[in-house]
Amino acid sequence: MELFLQTLIYGLLIGGLYAVIGIGMTLIMGVLGIINLAHGQIMMVGMYLAWVFWTFMGIDPYLSLFLAVPLVFLLGIFLSKYFLQPLIEKESILPENQVLMTVGIGMVLVELARFIFTSDYKSVETSYSSETIALGNISISLPMLIAFVIAIALTLGLFQLLMKTDLGRSIRATAQDKDAATLMGISSKKITILTYGIGSGLVGAAGILLLPMYYLYPDVGPIFTIKAFVITILGGLGSPIGAIAGGIVLGVAETFGATYISMGYRDAVGLVIFLLVLVFLPGGLKQVLKI
Amino acid sequence: MLKVNNINMSYGDLQVLWDVTFEVRKGEIVVLVGANGAGKSSILKTISGLQNVSKGTITFEGENVSNINPSEIIKHGIVHVPEGRKLFNEMTVEENLIMGALHGEAKEKRNETIEECYLLFPRLEERKKQLTGTLSGGEQQMVAVARGLMSKPKILMLDEPSLGLAPVLVQDIFNIIKSINKQGITVLLVEQNVQSTLTFCDRAYVLENGKIVLEGTGQELLNNEHVKTAFLGI
Repeated sequence: MELFLQTLIYGLLIGGLYAVIGIGMTLIMGVLGIINLAHGQIMMVGMYLAWVFWTFMGIDPYLSLFLAVPLVFLLGIFLSKYFLQPLIEKESILPENQVLMTVGIGMVLVELARFIFTSDYKSVETSYSSETIALGNISISLPMLIAFVIAIALTLGLFQLLMKTDLGRSIRATAQDKDAATLMGISSKKITILTYGIGSGLVGAAGILLLPMYYLYPDVGPIFTIKAFVITILGGLGSPIGAIAGGIVLGVAETFGATYISMGYRDAVGLVIFLLVLVFLPGGLKQVLKI
Repeated sequence: MLKVNNINMSYGDLQVLWDVTFEVRKGEIVVLVGANGAGKSSILKTISGLQNVSKGTITFEGENVSNINPSEIIKHGIVHVPEGRKLFNEMTVEENLIMGALHGEAKEKRNETIEECYLLFPRLEERKKQLTGTLSGGEQQMVAVARGLMSKPKILMLDEPSLGLAPVLVQDIFNIIKSINKQGITVLLVEQNVQSTLTFCDRAYVLENGKIVLEGTGQELLNNEHVKTAFLGI
């Protein structure tokens, strides 16, 4: 029973982080209509930035959220403005080619990271990296808990933005009907670029939150791109609330897989769920939860 | 107020508008009538910049607005309520209305205008927290018109507001259009419902195959032999 609870709690905590990764992907999917196959790689950039801030300036990873996330946001703006937008504007180029472009962007980011930081594994060892909080017989890792709380705060902040501000409403409107949004005076170009920036910033933040518990190397990204994709499909395309549900389901399922089957099958569990959802629930959790 | 001069427009290689010229004067209700595919909606799309003209000009209050960026057109006071309503169906009625008032004066007066819209469409106030995707066709059309009004338009362009509505609702929508016009908003209406629109409009243009073939007051056209045989079936 304790093992079960321990696993469940760990799964929920990691699920909160996955939700942030998934929401970024979902926003981009909703507005740009493409799968961002550079998602995890952009996260990797955020992690390296935070690592640099820690190693060379001694800035705590949680503090460097305020420095690194804006930089990742700007990177997203730059990438979408100069690499994705030109493809959107040319009608002769199929939307599929934007997906290919994200693949290319991802590769370049990985190789740049390898060039600058080499392939060595790096980690951020903070004083609290291995601290735990005991709740009876259950122990909760402190960085995991902090990450979860910040992830929740980020998610709430994002929802506040999406639901209560004109900018957020414009993002949702553009995702729902681009032409109608344009007629309302919304520049879909601006919104598209901005959305990619926001999605990048979110996944960058998630990466930084993972940093105190995770090894960092240039190829850390792709598995998170896949996870983000799984979450997006699991939640139902383009639904931020679905992405939260999807993130938590994936987090819990993976942890249970790791505990009760084998650590090595952890990522495989997610992919099995992915296949099952595609076959049996193509609308994702959105379809079940009616959100 | 709105002058369309000799415009041509094509979708790719397919030319759909040929030398179209017409004007809408301040305070009028002008109707474009014609069969499916005559180019009515294309004219509205061209005015709002969703399509580019290959020849000719469109001027609004003396200013050239041809080939304008479609997200700019609303700032000139031209509002296009597109065919098929095009609501944001995963947003509530109130959010849809807010989306109409994102800029300038309209934004400042947003709350007042929402109240005005609720006076005009009491039904929408009852349903303001409901997602528009769950509304009936008539209610959705009300949201579409109200969302247009939220931008404080000088001219409201309505693309087939009666499409898919029950006859009794069609009459309601037309009455609303008349009362909007009485408040001083110029209306450019595209309709297939020829008989009823011709009875209340100030002037009308008849389109066939992308060309304007007839123009006149509503009454003149109702008595026109060609209109009678082609559209009214008498």
